[in-house]
Amino acid sequence: MAREATKGRKAVTTLVAWGIGLVIFFPILWTVLTSFKTEVEAVNPHPSFLFFDWTFENYRTVNERSDYFVHFANSSAIALGSTLLGLIIAIPAAWSMAFVPGKRTKDLLMWMLSTKMMPAVGVLVPIYMLARDSGLLDTRTGLIIVLTLVNLPIIVWMLYTYFKEIPGEILEAARMDGATLSSEILYVLTPMAVPGIASTLLLNIILAWNESFWTLNLTAANAAPLTAFIASYSSPEGLFYAKLSAASTMAIAPILILGWFSQKQLVRGLTFGAVK
Amino acid sequence: MATQASRTAGRLMLSPAVVLLFLWMIVPLAMTIYFSFLRYNLLMPGTEEWAGFDNYHYFFTDPAFWPALVNTLTLVIGVLVITVVGGVALAVLLDQPMWGQGIVRILVIAPFLVMPSVSALVWKNMLMNPVNGLFAAMARGLGLPPYDFFADAPLASIILIVAWQWLPFATLILLTAMQSLDQEQMEAAEMDGAGVFWRFWHLTIPHLMRAITVVVLIQTIFLLSVFAEILVTTNGGPGTASTTLTFLVYVQSMLQFDVGLGSAGGIVAVILANIVAIFLMRMIGKNLET
Amino acid sequence: MGEIVLSKVMKSFGGVEIIKGIDLTIADGEFVVFVGPSGCGKSTLLRLIAGLEDVTSGTIAIDGRDATDLPPAKRGLAMVFQSYALYPHMSVRKNIAFPLRMAGLPAAEQQRKVEAAAKILNLTPYLERRPGQLSGGQRQRVAIGRAIVREPAAFLFDEPLSNLDAALRVSMRQEISELHQSLKTTMIYVTHDQVEAMTMADKIVVLNAGRIEQVGSPLDLYRSPANLFVAGFIGSPKMNFVEGAEAAKNGAHTLGIRPEHIDVTADGPWSGTVGICEHLGSDTFLKVEVAGVGTINVRAGGEVPLHHGDPIRLTPQPDKFHRFDSAGQAA
Repeated sequence: MAREATKGRKAVTTLVAWGIGLVIFFPILWTVLTSFKTEVEAVNPHPSFLFFDWTFENYRTVNERSDYFVHFANSSAIALGSTLLGLIIAIPAAWSMAFVPGKRTKDLLMWMLSTKMMPAVGVLVPIYMLARDSGLLDTRTGLIIVLTLVNLPIIVWMLYTYFKEIPGEILEAARMDGATLSSEILYVLTPMAVPGIASTLLLNIILAWNESFWTLNLTAANAAPLTAFIASYSSPEGLFYAKLSAASTMAIAPILILGWFSQKQLVRGLTFGAVK
Repeated sequence: MATQASRTAGRLMLSPAVVLLFLWMIVPLAMTIYFSFLRYNLLMPGTEEWAGFDNYHYFFTDPAFWPALVNTLTLVIGVLVITVVGGVALAVLLDQPMWGQGIVRILVIAPFLVMPSVSALVWKNMLMNPVNGLFAAMARGLGLPPYDFFADAPLASIILIVAWQWLPFATLILLTAMQSLDQEQMEAAEMDGAGVFWRFWHLTIPHLMRAITVVVLIQTIFLLSVFAEILVTTNGGPGTASTTLTFLVYVQSMLQFDVGLGSAGGIVAVILANIVAIFLMRMIGKNLET
Repeated sequence: MGEIVLSKVMKSFGGVEIIKGIDLTIADGEFVVFVGPSGCGKSTLLRLIAGLEDVTSGTIAIDGRDATDLPPAKRGLAMVFQSYALYPHMSVRKNIAFPLRMAGLPAAEQQRKVEAAAKILNLTPYLERRPGQLSGGQRQRVAIGRAIVREPAAFLFDEPLSNLDAALRVSMRQEISELHQSLKTTMIYVTHDQVEAMTMADKIVVLNAGRIEQVGSPLDLYRSPANLFVAGFIGSPKMNFVEGAEAAKNGAHTLGIRPEHIDVTADGPWSGTVGICEHLGSDTFLKVEVAGVGTINVRAGGEVPLHHGDPIRLTPQPDKFHRFDSAGQAA
């Protein structure tokens, strides 16, 4: 039985929490606000918070200068593609680890995670050469393959922790009911694990969307996602704060909106399934 | 507890993931090891020759090596300390009853959703810029001289940015763990006359240990490869003040086109990462038994 | 139809023998109960029959066909699990239809069978609900429904009532018995509760440490237990075991007397003092400290006016004595 907090204490907590929340959120808020300013207003030594002349000019300019929607499509294709491909490979693997564990299962899981600890730069040159020689450089396919492999350990681990919460007896019941292995996974395990799979999907879309090592180093023009789009604004060219803000807002808005709309899955996904 | 048939099926279904990851690990790694023993510069194609351990020698004697190693550890440990301590504090705060908890949670999560290059650009230009940044404007408002973050404290500034990105993650995991804290145990301790701080140290913190382990594990994985934040803000400088191992190797292989040297550095980075990994896995393995 | 023959069935996990060579024939239509203390291997034996575990050696034949290496789906058996193992994401209707769907039956046929099973089990009003919205007893019935639609060669029950409260357990027990009467299908039922075993079984198989101690009808086991283990396991309250002079006098190493076979008399040969005295209304359970014999449990009539510390005399019924040798076997 939780006790009722006093009104006064609740008010103080609310005030402090909102204060801290706004401070943490402030850089994003400031970016969004600046994107609606003129370039002159954006570098005003006495910046105005809300009372300035709002303009959409920056968004138009940015979109003209670098085709936003092409990059958006690339980002979406790469994030979705690598996550779905990862799930297809990881679901059977996680089934196996969760329901027919062997003595080495834990070690295997740890080994998978440890591949993620390999510094990407250590293998950048070979991967670059392999991609170049197989014609996958600067293609969506190439990035999908690379990001699938990069995030596979995380996907396997998350699914494993979610699957382990499903009682093995239910899968045995399906086996007794005449289900083959594939129908057991398709009709019983997967639907039961939908919340966990949704969280995994969401988190990995975010990770893939924001991945900025491979996406920067393996693309040039054709397959460049939003990370590359924003990188083209990193070299200073005079007064560009407002345009930079507009580009930044456009790069992060899809994921922010997606994340906020699926907050429940995101919160669960962010814990990587490791904490209940 | 299963039949031979399902164990066989299990192995079959596990193998694609294992084989793919194994190839993903071993093929580039083997190539990198091979390159690391070559004199191999992309600017001088066709001049590759066996170099023995020269590249390793050059890498270790590179004046940037030790600073890079120290910077890497400082970055990882700095961010871990800030996010774990801040995360525990925020989790305790957000666990209290309040109005609009859902909205506060959204605000706190947001930085995690921002791509690293964007957050680096935003912090560098709009907040920390000594002329046009908001912090400079605030300093001026208070009558103070503006502070040039990336010139005077480059590594600390990068740590601040990275910590901002990862604080939401630590907070959320710890908050989730807080919510599974046994209230009866807390009340029993209170009945026994335990004070707020005693309960925090002896009940809350031990309960959070598993969650803290997860935070440390996952964040270390991602922090060892912090890249875009450095590239966008300081480019490793001034001098080597904010160069990490990852960044040093990147500079050598992609900017100086010295594949041999870069590969040797890559191998050193891999070995160091593995030492960290083994250490972490030991620790995690104990804490993750379920 | 549903004859199951186990021969020399053995199972070990990592070098530890759990099932140590079981030979057993279960006739078609029989209600067989595997009973024994926890860890005796009864659930493992059921899982071996189900095909959820492999035998280490030995064979299992179902309907005269060797099923040792068949996967569970091909054995034609249905199982009801301790946790019910219902599919939480499916309605009751879909749960019951699942085995039919897996068998590829036409939808109309599936519906007809589901409706029929639901009617037998009084589940018709709940067909559209999810398992999470049902009570324990209803979930149990859904699990049974899912088993009966398959028209299996035999039903396997793995401690199906242990998650229910006492009152519900009694009524579900009767429902399962009635189901067996109407379906006449072989049923194998695992329990640690000897009351369930006694009340439901045609044939009880008493297991201990991976071996069969005795097979027989409930009354066979009650009347003539083959050894001390069975004697102590079957019957409630437990049989009294007396050793030493009193046993030797009756020509046994150990003498077993059931509490209900001891009368409270004014001039009995055993004299003692009442310890614990439990008045249940219909019966009175007494724990009596008998000089030279030991502590003896007695089941006396309903309204015996005895209390803690009262002196008492007891007469055991000599024709109901069970005599065991020093190896614990019935003599």
